Amino acid sequence: MRPILMKGHERPLTFLKYNRDGDLLFSCAKDHNPTVWFADNGERLGTYRGHNGAVWCCDVSRDSTRLITGSADQTAKLWNVQTGQQLFTFNFDSPARSVDFSVGDKLAVITTDPFMELTSALHVKRIARDISDQTAESLLVLKGPQGRINRALWGPLNKTIISGGEDAIIRIWDSETGKLLKESDKESGHKKTITSLVRSVDGSHFLTGSLDKSAKLWDTRTLTLIKTYVTERPVNAVAMSPLLDHVVIGGGQDASAVTTTDHRAGKFEAKFFDKILQEEIGGVKGHFGPINALAFNPDGKSFSSGGEDGYVRLHHFDPDYFNIKI
Amino acid sequence: MADVAVMREIEATASRLGVDLSAIDLDSIRLPPDDDLGIQSDDEDVYQEENLEFDTGFGNIIVVDNLPVVPREKFEKLEGVIRKIYSQIGLIKEDGLWMPVDPQTEKTLGYCFIEYNTPQEAELAKEKTHGYKLDRAHIFSVNMFDDFDRFMKVPDEWAPPETSPYTPGENLQHWLTDSKARDQFVIRAGSDTEVLWNDARHLKPDPVYKRAFWTESFVQWSPMGTYLATIHRQGAAVWGGATTFNRLMRYAHPQVKLIDFSPGEKYLVTYSSHEPSNPRDANRVVINIFDVRTGKVMRDFKGSADDFAIGGAGGVAGVSWPIFRWGGGKDDKYFARLGKNMISVYETDTFSLVDKKSLKVESVMDFSWSPTDPILALFVPELGGGNQPARVSLVQIPSKEELRQKNLFSVSDCKMYWQSNGEYLAVKVDRYTKTKKSTYTGFELFRIKERDIPIEVLELENKNDKIIAFAWEPKGHRFAVIHGDHPRPDISFYSMRTAQNTGRVSKLTTLKGKQANALFWSPAGRFIILAGLKGLNGQLEFYNVDELETMATAEHFMATDIEWDPTGRYVATSVTSVHEMENGFNIWSFHGKLLYRILKDHFFQYLWRPRPPTLLSPEKEEEIAKNLKKYSKKYEAEDQDVSMLLSEQEREKRKALKDEWERWVNEWKKQHEQEKLERQRLRDGEASDEEEEYEAKEVEIEEVIDVKEEVVPLDHE
Repeated sequence: MRPILMKGHERPLTFLKYNRDGDLLFSCAKDHNPTVWFADNGERLGTYRGHNGAVWCCDVSRDSTRLITGSADQTAKLWNVQTGQQLFTFNFDSPARSVDFSVGDKLAVITTDPFMELTSALHVKRIARDISDQTAESLLVLKGPQGRINRALWGPLNKTIISGGEDAIIRIWDSETGKLLKESDKESGHKKTITSLVRSVDGSHFLTGSLDKSAKLWDTRTLTLIKTYVTERPVNAVAMSPLLDHVVIGGGQDASAVTTTDHRAGKFEAKFFDKILQEEIGGVKGHFGPINALAFNPDGKSFSSGGEDGYVRLHHFDPDYFNIKI
Repeated sequence: MADVAVMREIEATASRLGVDLSAIDLDSIRLPPDDDLGIQSDDEDVYQEENLEFDTGFGNIIVVDNLPVVPREKFEKLEGVIRKIYSQIGLIKEDGLWMPVDPQTEKTLGYCFIEYNTPQEAELAKEKTHGYKLDRAHIFSVNMFDDFDRFMKVPDEWAPPETSPYTPGENLQHWLTDSKARDQFVIRAGSDTEVLWNDARHLKPDPVYKRAFWTESFVQWSPMGTYLATIHRQGAAVWGGATTFNRLMRYAHPQVKLIDFSPGEKYLVTYSSHEPSNPRDANRVVINIFDVRTGKVMRDFKGSADDFAIGGAGGVAGVSWPIFRWGGGKDDKYFARLGKNMISVYETDTFSLVDKKSLKVESVMDFSWSPTDPILALFVPELGGGNQPARVSLVQIPSKEELRQKNLFSVSDCKMYWQSNGEYLAVKVDRYTKTKKSTYTGFELFRIKERDIPIEVLELENKNDKIIAFAWEPKGHRFAVIHGDHPRPDISFYSMRTAQNTGRVSKLTTLKGKQANALFWSPAGRFIILAGLKGLNGQLEFYNVDELETMATAEHFMATDIEWDPTGRYVATSVTSVHEMENGFNIWSFHGKLLYRILKDHFFQYLWRPRPPTLLSPEKEEEIAKNLKKYSKKYEAEDQDVSMLLSEQEREKRKALKDEWERWVNEWKKQHEQEKLERQRLRDGEASDEEEEYEAKEVEIEEVIDVKEEVVPLDHE
C-alpha cells in the first residue's frame, strides 16, 4: 500500500513510539515539539509544547496517559497525553538522551550525555501515580561508560537495565544496586557506536543497531549474541516485528555526505531481514535522507519510519507481506 | 669480585710507589683530554657501543686512488683540483680531505680520503667519479672506505663454496591441480590480505590463506601466477607453494615503491626513489633487477629521476612505470627503456646493451613491444615544425633492422595497441584538422604476421568522434571501440577479416548510445563487458560478440574495477576504497549472472591468480572444442549434484536454525510464564500481560466546551 507521508516536523526525526494499543504514534524530532498522530490514518492529533531543544526520545505509559520525553534542553518532562499539559520537569546538567518506563510505569530510566566535565550517566527516577507526589530525586545514578549512552532499557521484571552507546559495548546493570553485571565482549560485539536498542515483545531478546553497518540480536539474560544482520550502511534505527520473525533495519550514509554523491548512494532504505535465517527479505525505499527512527505497530500490521528528511512515513503492509516465504 | 681484585691491585701499586691512597681525592684526578693513558674503561657496554659507531661511522668516506704522485710544491695545487671536483657533488666536511704524504720522499702517495656529510653523498661521488679521467695516465679509482674492510677479508686462497644438499621445494604450481578446476584470487581489505578459491558452484569463496599485515603497500601476482609478491620497507618478497604460502625469496631494496615482473617471471624489477639531500636536485632513483629464483641482483641502475623521466625530447616530466619494458615474449630475452633520442635495449644473457649501443632514434616519444616477438614499435612525432613527418616504425631486435615504417602527417599524438598474440598492431592516430584547432582520430592497422606487413587505414564513420576506449579481443581478430562525444557514446565492433577476404577489415556492428566508458574482453575472447565505471556508477553490459547480442545488463553500483578470471568463466567487479561506501566485490558468471557478493570495509585490491599458458597443443584444444558436448556432460552432472547438495544443505541448515530458535523461545516462554505473577505485582495487580481479554467498550464522553446564555426574543405578532 502507498505509505502515508506525515509532514509535521520541521527538523530531522529522532524517535518514534507507538502506544500499547497501537492507535497512537508519538514522534520526536530536532524541532522542539513531540507530536502525537493517529496510527491508522496519520492524522495529527497534537503537539507537546514546552521543550526548548531537540527532543531525543520518548516513552508512553501502558495506559496511554503519561508521556515522558528527553530533550537536549537538559530536561526530561512528563506530559498528560490527552491534554498536552506539562506535568513535571526533571532538570539535569546535560542533555537527556533516552527515556524508558519500567514494567508497571513506576520507574523510569533516563540517560544523560557527557557535557563539559560531566560524564554520561543513567538516572533511575520514581514516577509517582499522583503527580503532586512526584519528586526530582534519583533512586540511582549509574556512571562508567565512555562517551554517550544512546539508549537504556529496562530488563525483565525491572531487575536489570540494558545500555548501549558510543563505546560500542552493551552493558547490563543491576537496577537495585547499580552493579555492572555483564558486558558484551569485544570479539562478538559491535565495532562502532551503538545507535539503537529495542526489546522484543516478551523481553527475551533485544536488538541493537550500530554504525558498524550491522544489527545484532542478543539474549537479554545471558547477553549472548544470537544473530547478526549485516547491511551496507551505518544503522541508525532498528525494529522487530511483534507478529512475524522479521527485523527492520534503517540507516543510510552519513547525513553530512549525502549531497556529494548519487542519490542512490545513500541507501536510505528500511531493510527487512528474516530474524532467524539472518537473510535479507526486502527493502522499503522512500526517504531522501538517512532513517533515524523505526517503530512497529504492536499489532504487527504496520510500521513507521522517520528520517533525517523530516518526514514520518507510515506503511501499512499489503496482504502479501504476511505470506512471504523464503 | 673483579672490583675487589682491581682495588687490591691499586692498593699494591700505591704502597709500592709510596702514595697514601686515603689522602687522594680520586675524583679530582683529571686525565689529559683525548688520552686515556692506556687505561681501559671498565664500562664494557659503552666500549662496545663506541665500536659499533665506528663501523658505520666511515660510511661517508670515500677513497680516491690513482691520483698523480706530486712533490711538496705541487701538493696545494692538486689538493685544490680534487677539492673542486668533489665539492661539486656534495658538501665535504671541514678537514674532510686528507691526502697522505710519504714522510721520506715528501711526495704524495697517490691517493686521498674524502669525508662527506652524508653516506648518500659519498655513494653518489663514488658513482660519478669512478673512472674519471684526470688525464691519460690518471683514471680515478674510487671506493667506499667501508668496502676496504670487506676487500681485506677476501681470503687469498680460493676455497670451494659449500654445496648445501638439495632439498626438494614445494610444488609451486600446486593450485593448478585443483580437482574442481577452481581459480584463486587475492584480496586486500583493511590490514588483512587473503587468498581464496572462487568456489562458484557453492556460491561462496573458500579461504586458502589469510594473514594480517602481510604487505606494507600492495601485493602482486607474478604473470604466470607462481608467486605472490609483497612490498616491505626493506624490500620485496615472494610467496608461494601449495596452500601455506611460504616465503620463497626476499629481495633487499630499501624503501621499494614499485615492482614489475618480467613476463616469464624470471626477473623482478624493483624501484625506489629517494629525496635528495639538496632540495634543488631531482629525486634519486634506484632500480634493481633481481633473478626471481636465486634472489641475486642481476643489474642495478641508479641516477637522478630526470634520467629516468620518459618523454624523449623534453616531454612530460616524471617517471612512468614500468621504466623497463620487457620484450621477446615469455623468454624474457630483452628489456628496453626509453631515453632521450634513444631506446636502450638490454639483453638478459649479459644484462648489457644489445650490441653495446642504444638504438638511436631522434626525438622518439614512445615505444612498445610486441607481446610475443622481439619486435619494437616506436613513434616519433613531427619534427622541424611539420617539415619532417611523424612516423611509426617496427624494429626487429637484436638485428635492429626496421621491418616497416609509416609516415604520418599533421599528427598530434599516437597510441599503440598490440593484439595479445602479436598478430596485429593498431595505432590510434590523432590528427589536427586543417584549422589546427581540433583533432580527429583514425587507426592504422598493421598485420605483423603477413608478408611485408600490410597496413590498412581505418576511419570511423563519424571522423570527429572522440575515442573513449579501444580493446583487442585476446587471441582474436576483433576489436571494440567506444566512440562519441555525448554522455551515451556508441560502441563499434570490427573484425580484421571479412567473410570472403581475410586481408580486409570490416565492421561487425555499432551499438548506439551505451552508458559505457571501458571495455573488458574475456581472456578467452568472444565475450565482452561494456562497463560504465567512475561517473557512470558501475553499469555493466555482458555482450556476446559472436552472436552480436546482449546477454545481460546489470549494475554493480559504484564499481571501480573489473577483472576477468584467467579462464574467462567468471568476472569480479569490485568497489575499492576510493569510495567510502559499498566496499567489496561481486562475482559474476561470464554471461552476467550475479553469483555472490562480499562486502568488506576498506577494500583495496582484488587480483585473480594468473594461470600459465596451456600445455595443450592447438590440435588437442581444437579437438576438445569439437567434442565439448562429451566433456561437458560429466561436468553438468557434477554441477547438478552440487546444486542438489547445496539446496539440501540449505534446507537442513534452515531447519536447524529454526529448531534452535524454537527451542530457545520455548524455554523463554516457560520462564516468562513463571514470572507472570511477579509482573502482575509490578503492575499493581493488573492481570493482562498480553493482548487477550480486554473488550472494546464504547464510551461516550461529553465535554462541555462552552456555555452561553442567549436571550431569544419571542416573536409576537
